[in-house]
Amino acid sequence: MLRLVVRRLLQLIPTLLGLSVLLFIWLNRLPGGPAAAMLGERATAADKARIEAALGLDQPVWIQYGRFLKRLSELNLGVSTQTGQPVWDEFTRAFPATVELGISAMIIAIAVGVPLGYFAARRRGSWLDVTAVSGSLVGICIPVFFLAFLLKAVFAVQLGWFPSFGRQTTGIDATEVTGFYVLDGILTGEFDAAWDAAMHLVLPALALSSIPLAIITRMTRASVLEVLGEDYVRTAESKGLSRQVVRGRHVLRNALLPVVTAIGLLTGGLLSGAVLTESVFAFGGIGSFIKTAIDERDYPVLVGFIMFIAAAYVVINLLVDLAYSLIDPRVRVH
Amino acid sequence: MSTKTDKIDRLAELTASTETSTGASLWVEAWRRLKGSKMAVIGACIIGAFVVVAIVGPWVAPYSPTAQLWRGEVFTNQNIFVGPRAENWLGLDHLARDEFSRMLVGARQTLLVGIVATLLGFTIGALIGGASGAALVLGGKVGRRIDTVVMRVIDIMLALPSLLLAVSIAAVLGQSLTTVMIAVGVVQIPVFARLLRGAMLAQGGSDYVLAARALGVRKRRIALGHVLPNSLSPVIVQATLSLATAIIEAAALSYLGLGNPDAAEPEWGVMLAQAQDYFDSAPMLAIYPALGIIVTALGFTLLGEAMREALDPKLRS
Amino acid sequence: MALLSVDELTVTFTQRGRRDVKAVSGVSFDVDQGQVVGLVGESGCGKSVTSLALMGLLPSRGVKVGGRADFDGTDLLTLSGRRMRDLRGSQLAMIFQDPLSSLNPVVPIGVQVTEILTRHRRLKGEAARKEAASLLDRVGIPDPDRRLKEYPHQLSGGMRQRALIAMAVACAPRLLIADEPTTALDVTIQAQILELLKELVDQEGTALLMITHDLGVVAGLCDQVNVLYAGKVVESAARRELFEAPTHPYANGLLGSIPRLDAPRGEPLRPVRGSINDTIAWEDGCAFAPRCDHYTLECLQGTPVLGEPRKPGHQVRCVNPVLSGGAAELRRSVLPEPDEVPGADAAADGTGPEGDGPVEKADPAEKDAVETAGTAEKEAGA
Repeated sequence: MLRLVVRRLLQLIPTLLGLSVLLFIWLNRLPGGPAAAMLGERATAADKARIEAALGLDQPVWIQYGRFLKRLSELNLGVSTQTGQPVWDEFTRAFPATVELGISAMIIAIAVGVPLGYFAARRRGSWLDVTAVSGSLVGICIPVFFLAFLLKAVFAVQLGWFPSFGRQTTGIDATEVTGFYVLDGILTGEFDAAWDAAMHLVLPALALSSIPLAIITRMTRASVLEVLGEDYVRTAESKGLSRQVVRGRHVLRNALLPVVTAIGLLTGGLLSGAVLTESVFAFGGIGSFIKTAIDERDYPVLVGFIMFIAAAYVVINLLVDLAYSLIDPRVRVH
Repeated sequence: MSTKTDKIDRLAELTASTETSTGASLWVEAWRRLKGSKMAVIGACIIGAFVVVAIVGPWVAPYSPTAQLWRGEVFTNQNIFVGPRAENWLGLDHLARDEFSRMLVGARQTLLVGIVATLLGFTIGALIGGASGAALVLGGKVGRRIDTVVMRVIDIMLALPSLLLAVSIAAVLGQSLTTVMIAVGVVQIPVFARLLRGAMLAQGGSDYVLAARALGVRKRRIALGHVLPNSLSPVIVQATLSLATAIIEAAALSYLGLGNPDAAEPEWGVMLAQAQDYFDSAPMLAIYPALGIIVTALGFTLLGEAMREALDPKLRS
Repeated sequence: MALLSVDELTVTFTQRGRRDVKAVSGVSFDVDQGQVVGLVGESGCGKSVTSLALMGLLPSRGVKVGGRADFDGTDLLTLSGRRMRDLRGSQLAMIFQDPLSSLNPVVPIGVQVTEILTRHRRLKGEAARKEAASLLDRVGIPDPDRRLKEYPHQLSGGMRQRALIAMAVACAPRLLIADEPTTALDVTIQAQILELLKELVDQEGTALLMITHDLGVVAGLCDQVNVLYAGKVVESAARRELFEAPTHPYANGLLGSIPRLDAPRGEPLRPVRGSINDTIAWEDGCAFAPRCDHYTLECLQGTPVLGEPRKPGHQVRCVNPVLSGGAAELRRSVLPEPDEVPGADAAADGTGPEGDGPVEKADPAEKDAVETAGTAEKEAGA
């Protein structure tokens, strides 16, 4: 197990190095070059010259790359042109919000998708099955930002059931501990703050969960259908085991293996959706920040965030693989 | 002698009546199943209608997509919108342009984005994946090394959230329809590459490859003549599904402000992004392009899923 | 009265838009207490479907089951799902063909053994674990305590089948159904597994329904044999009777197709020509007729009935049975008694009838030639 972790961590290095090369090339290709990238498009010529000298743009490319790498490793990626804060600080401030949103969305997707897919498979051809299958097909075809927008227009603006933007009502008495507002509220005993933060989460999380939900439902359904035809399920039936044991231990345990893999991949891919959802709800996470960074051509933020996000994605994948080896004994030994 | 022929005739007659179905080739069988699938038929109908609109749309559009029909009035400030009426079936948009004409013309741009992006991703992805897979099947140290390097690069591309990758590309290339196509297409490259490589790898380990090798068939012929054609079906399915994702991703890029700014070439994604600003007073302006995108994407998804089912050897009867 | 009495069992698969397929069309046989009964036939003849129907393991959708299967006085086919669950694993147990795919890959062997003890014998915790270990020990798995913690992929093929057998006999069932239990195993392991089954059955007095295509298994194990063809019993006899005088042309061909070690060098093998797909509906005539060398016009006029053309108790479903005695004489002079032949070794046991010429492909053009040989043989027999 430990060897697997170490090996996977070592594999991380070339991936991140390759990524840094790509980013370096990308930075140099940006309109205006890396100086503009550091300062934003509205930088004055004097600023630009100063930065260019500081960056050593007169030196050979590989030295430039070396410096770039050094700054990356020091998490020193410059200053956001929007806020004037260091990129790393902005990232650590925004990250918990996105994680909170992502986890909520995944919880919804798993809590609804797995049972739905399971019962759809068991009652193949029933109205439940038809609804689940067609619902999941439509689900992946709705642009996430439009769904977010609709939810906001209907449930926040029209009906007023949920707040329409932000993570928490401004002015509410809340202490920040972890940066996860719901968790903070519970930890500090400020339950009204936790409730308020949770209400703010509902609509964005619902919008963000649409695609993972659709995919998890369909994968679970397909996987359960396949496992139901396996010999070992017939063996379990031939032993006269109760329905619960057959379904839980023999059908679901096997059927969920591919679903777990999918959940991991979906978690990593959640960020694309988060950019869109967060900007609709002005959620104040990485997504919102990136959207403004794009609008404002805030390149230091884009470079930094891309690097961190890619690293986070690779780490998530590693965790998924480790989780997988825990639940599938066939993988464990090798 | 006559009884002998009698009984043979009788037997022939009886066996003919219990004729069992003979095994057809994979593709023939898949086509037969596809025709019988409701999903495939609905999907194909949607796609057909969409393609027809995309082709003839600009010619049958009653107005120019850029013509402002109510010059001089500033609607948006007063939140006054012209709804559906006899001469403008879907009403006017925020700049008093005919929404119906813009939808018709926009269909072509949307289809174009989908097709070009998918073709780009498919071609480059399949080349990379095919080369990598072939290198593996051909075997040897060099083959494995080529594969390792290629797959590392693909892994890096996959490590970037698709939207960020597209945004990065768009940032370099500037704002245009071509940018959107390239950005969306590049995102698909690693998907196709991995898929084809994976399928070739699975095929490469199968018994018929071993048999062909044992018969002395050249490795190159095995890789290109046997393994590659047999690995193509998941890639073709993916290409169909990709048309749907490309259209949706393009809309997302438009929403992020990276879409085509040229009003002369309306595109559903841009239309949807712009209409959201006026959602409270004119929700239909957002709903028309959104429905267009959703229904079209659904068409490609339905067809793709039906193809996947039809080609699945496990589901063959 | 027999422990299990199957009467006119039919299983029909229905699919929308397709013609119904009769997998089993009127199978009847008995299994007595402590008896080993074989169901023999090639793949597709309906033997596995028969066993699944008896266990109530056929899918409920798209399958129609008819007839009766009285087990100790209750009809298994009409039993409620709940009562069937109570019977399965405790009174009726089954062993399947492929031990790897029949074991749950992500659950330790121990859990898969103890779950049946918990279900039917209410054993829990340490008691269940101990009993499971002793079961594994009983079926010849060394170091059972360690094996209990292992997963199926960590066991060898023979070991897996032993584990499955341990589960099947865990609650001392009265009837054990074994569906080709040795097909997926190496020949040396096959004999061991058969030996084990024989032992367990002898010790407990369990009745065993052995489903196989391997005549060697039949020769080594079964008391009574039913030969199935296209979903019907075509011959039913005591083992000795069947091996000495295979009377249905199919059974005859089956035995004749086994290669003999003592055959002169260069003697061609004698397969039963064609495949199970070359068939006609039983309603129209004998389903075996298209592959039969002896068929006549009468064979194609309605379903042949079971008769006893040779001996009482030896049932044959054939209009033109093979009644020549030559084959049996020869077998007795050349081969040991079938009783003395253990397990798979007996595969070399069967022989074809002597008068039968080598049979080539069933080309319609060639049919006449084949025909003549068949008729000549029949006349010689009569």
